[in-house]
Amino acid sequence: MSSPLLEIESLRVEFPGEEGERLVAVKGVDLAVEQGEVVGLVGESGSGKSLTCRAVMRMVPEPGTISAGSVRFDGEDVMALNTRKLRDFRAHSVGMIYQNPFGSLNPTMRVGGQIAETLKVNKGMKRDAAKKEAIALLERVGIEDPEHRYRAYPHELSGGMCQRVMIAISTASSPRLMLADEPTTALDVTTQAQILKLLGKMRAEEGMAMLLVSHDFGVIAQACDRVAVMYGGHIVETGPVETIYHEPEHPYTRALLNSVPELDSAGNVQRRAALAGHPPELSEVIPGCVFAPRCEHAKQECAGVSMKLEQVGSDHESACPVRPYADAGARGTAKAGKVEA
Amino acid sequence: MSEVVTAETKKSDAHLLEVESLVKEFGLRRGLAERVARTEVAPFRAVDDVSFTLDRGEILGIAGGSGSGKTTLARCLIRLIEPDGGSVRVDGIDIRAHKGAELRELRRRMQMVFQDPYASLNPRMSIGAALHEAGKVHNRPGSENEGAFVSRLLGLVQLTDRIASRKPRELSGGQRQRVSIARALAVDPELIIADEAVSALDVSVQAQLLNLFLDLREELGVAILFISHQLAVIAEVADRIAVMQKGRIVEAGPTQEVFAHPKDEYTQALLNAHPHPDPRMRIAAG
Repeated sequence: MSSPLLEIESLRVEFPGEEGERLVAVKGVDLAVEQGEVVGLVGESGSGKSLTCRAVMRMVPEPGTISAGSVRFDGEDVMALNTRKLRDFRAHSVGMIYQNPFGSLNPTMRVGGQIAETLKVNKGMKRDAAKKEAIALLERVGIEDPEHRYRAYPHELSGGMCQRVMIAISTASSPRLMLADEPTTALDVTTQAQILKLLGKMRAEEGMAMLLVSHDFGVIAQACDRVAVMYGGHIVETGPVETIYHEPEHPYTRALLNSVPELDSAGNVQRRAALAGHPPELSEVIPGCVFAPRCEHAKQECAGVSMKLEQVGSDHESACPVRPYADAGARGTAKAGKVEA
Repeated sequence: MSEVVTAETKKSDAHLLEVESLVKEFGLRRGLAERVARTEVAPFRAVDDVSFTLDRGEILGIAGGSGSGKTTLARCLIRLIEPDGGSVRVDGIDIRAHKGAELRELRRRMQMVFQDPYASLNPRMSIGAALHEAGKVHNRPGSENEGAFVSRLLGLVQLTDRIASRKPRELSGGQRQRVSIARALAVDPELIIADEAVSALDVSVQAQLLNLFLDLREELGVAILFISHQLAVIAEVADRIAVMQKGRIVEAGPTQEVFAHPKDEYTQALLNAHPHPDPRMRIAAG
C-alpha cells in the first residue's frame, strides 16, 4: 500500500508541427494520486492539464503522442499494456467524465440503455439484471423517478442531469480512480454545487480517488485535498489545497489566484489584479522558466531555471528558485479577516 | 466619467433604456394525447413581465442560472427575437414600433457581444476587414479611411495594429473577444449588451476583459447590460444587479446591497452555491 494509486513520471506529450517540428504540450510532468485522494489539476487553457489527464488512459487525441514518461496504476505500467489489457484497464479501473455531457452520450439511445450497455459489456450482466442495476445507479446519482428517467433521451434531460448520467456510467464498474475533466464548467452554479457534492459522496462511500481538472480555483478548493498548478506544459507548484491558496510559492500560482474574483459575505469584491500578457503558444520555445516573460519577479537567472519542482515546505513543492514570497507570509490572511467582519 | 454622462444626458432626459412588462412566450409542442384531445398547452414564458431601466454610462448586471431567461431577454431588447408583449424604449423611442431604416438605426445604438467570439466572427475575413465593414454598413464618420478607422478601434480594445491583417483562428480567445467588442464599438453604440461575454475565458483573461469594459465605460460613457451566470463577475463590474429566475426578475438593486443582504431565496441560493477559492470556506455538506 505504500505506492500511490496513480503515478505519472516525466510525462511528455507531443504534437507534430506543420513544418515537421515537434510541439511539446506536456513537458515532463510528475504527479501522484494516492488511494482515495482527490487531486486537482488547475491551470489556464493550453497549459496541458487536460492532456495530462487523458494520457492516464492513453487517450491523447490524434496526432498527439505520449513521447516519454511512464504512467503506473496500482504499480502496473499502463504504457506497457496490450490492447486487451488496456481495454480492461479503461473499463474497470478508471472512470472518466468530461465537460460536455451531451457530447459523451449517444443522442439516439435512451440514457438507461446506455448505462445498461456499460454493465452488459463490462460486467457481463444479463439484460434484466443490467436494467435493474442501471436504475439503481440512476437513483444513486440523485436522479428522481429513475424508472421513468431510464427511458429518457439525453436531449430530454438538463445539463446537470446528463452529467449525473455520465457519472452513473463511469462509476458503473466501481472504478478506483475517476478522471474528471472540467466536469462542472458547462453547468450553472447551483447545479455545479450539486455535482461537486455528488462526487464528494461517491468518494466518501467508495473510497474512489479522483483527478479533477479545472480552470476554476473555486471548484478545486471545494473538492480537492491536493492541487497541482500547471503552466506551459509544466507543473509549477504542488501542495495541499490550503497551503496553495494561503501560501502560494510560485509567482504564477499567486498571479492566478489574484485573478480569481472573490465575493465576501458583505457583498464586496475587489477589482482583480489582471495578469498581463498571455500563456505561451505551443510553438514558442522559452529558455528556462516558462513563466518568466510574464513574471514580475523575473531575474536574469530565470533563463537558466530547469523547471524542476523543489521542496519548499512539508508536502509543498515549487518550480521557482527565486522564491520571492518566502518571507512574505500568508496571502489570504487579510482577506480572511475581512470575511469575519 | 461624470462629465461624459452629463454631456450625453443633454440629448434627452429619458432613461437610455426603458423596459416595461416585457413578455416572450414560446409555444410548446403538444404531446400525442393532447393533440388527440385538442387541449391547449399553456405556452412557456421565457421572459415574464420584466421591467427595468438603464441610464447612460451605467452598468446593469443580469444574473441567473441557465434557463432563467437572461439571453431571451437580451435578444428581445434588439428584436433578434420578437417579444410578445410590453415595450422596449431607447431614449424614449419604442423599438417595437419601428422597422426598416429606423429599426436599423436603433440597433446601431445597441450592440451585442456574445459568449463565443469564434462563432460571431467570419472565419474568412481579416479582423481589419470585419471591423471596417461594420462601420461602413452604418456609414460611420471616419470609416472612409479604413486604416485609421480600424487602428482607432483596435486601440480602444488595447490590441496592436498588427492584428488587423490576421484571421480569427490566428487569435487567442481573449483577443477574439476584444475584436468582438471592437466591432460593437465600430458603430458608436450607446449601449453594449454583453451576453456571457467573459464566461468562456480563463480567469486571468477574464480579469483583463472586465477591466476593459470598465475602461470603455469611463472613456466612451457607454452603458453596459452585463449578463452572466457568474455572480462574482457581476459583482466586479455592475453598478446595479437584477437577478432572474424562471423569466422573472426576482430581486434588483445596487450590486453591493443585493449581495450583502439578499432578500430573495433564489438570490441566496445562488450566492451560497458560489464556490469560494478559499478551501476553508467550503460549502457545508448536507
